[in-house]
Amino acid sequence: MTLYDIIFYLFALIVVLSAGFVVTTRNIVHAAFFLLFTFCGVAGLYVLLAADFLAIVQILVYVGGIMILLLFGVMLTNKITNVDIKTGSTNLVPASIAIGILLGLVMSIMWWTPWRFQISVNPITTTKDIGTLLINDYVLIFELLGILLLVALIGAASIARREQE
Amino acid sequence: MPHVGLIHFLTVSAFLFSFGVYAIVTRKNAVMILMGIELVLNSANINFVAFSKFGNFGLGGQIIALFVIILAAAEAAVGLAIVLNIYKTFAEVNVDEIDKLKD
Repeated sequence: MTLYDIIFYLFALIVVLSAGFVVTTRNIVHAAFFLLFTFCGVAGLYVLLAADFLAIVQILVYVGGIMILLLFGVMLTNKITNVDIKTGSTNLVPASIAIGILLGLVMSIMWWTPWRFQISVNPITTTKDIGTLLINDYVLIFELLGILLLVALIGAASIARREQE
Repeated sequence: MPHVGLIHFLTVSAFLFSFGVYAIVTRKNAVMILMGIELVLNSANINFVAFSKFGNFGLGGQIIALFVIILAAAEAAVGLAIVLNIYKTFAEVNVDEIDKLKD
């Protein structure tokens, strides 16, 4: 058990436990904060996979952007007349059985496939190489994503605006 | 267990995926369903980056994961705008009770 293994098990425990709490708690604000822990744990897993730029982007965009959006959504779509915001769930037993079967199938496929390992050697800091690849090899997707973000911005702002009386 | 390898990362990703699908199927609040979608996207991202390291793909998997993060942000923004509009029209966000196209 090297230090790498111990840190991996720690982050994997954070991720799986927080995801479990997200999907089973009745309080929406608690679920949002456990989702925040899940995202931070996933960023730690990215660092263990030698993807440092991706880990920082994960924290910036997911924790700093999407989580704030989700918290806005939670706060703006509930009547804050009582103190805590509860939500319900439906079809717990059939869903648990089906998801258990799905999880068993996926994990059995993963464990019985003879993977061919070939560990790639990436540079220690990936930022410069990701930047070079984005401009040289993946420039079309890069520009298209810029246009898509513009369209999403205009679309979201026009969907959610107040109607002019 | 031996030294941590590809299968350990894939196992974490499989658990995240199944929890995300459980949230999408079970929860009634629209914002909780969006949280489930984010969990599913994160599990796919972990798969991409793990295969990028253990399958000699260089940085390709990390770039795909970067694009998935960007797309998830755009989709969360548009999805929440729609949820806010639904709340304005129906005064609640339980997906069981949103069953009219126009009132």
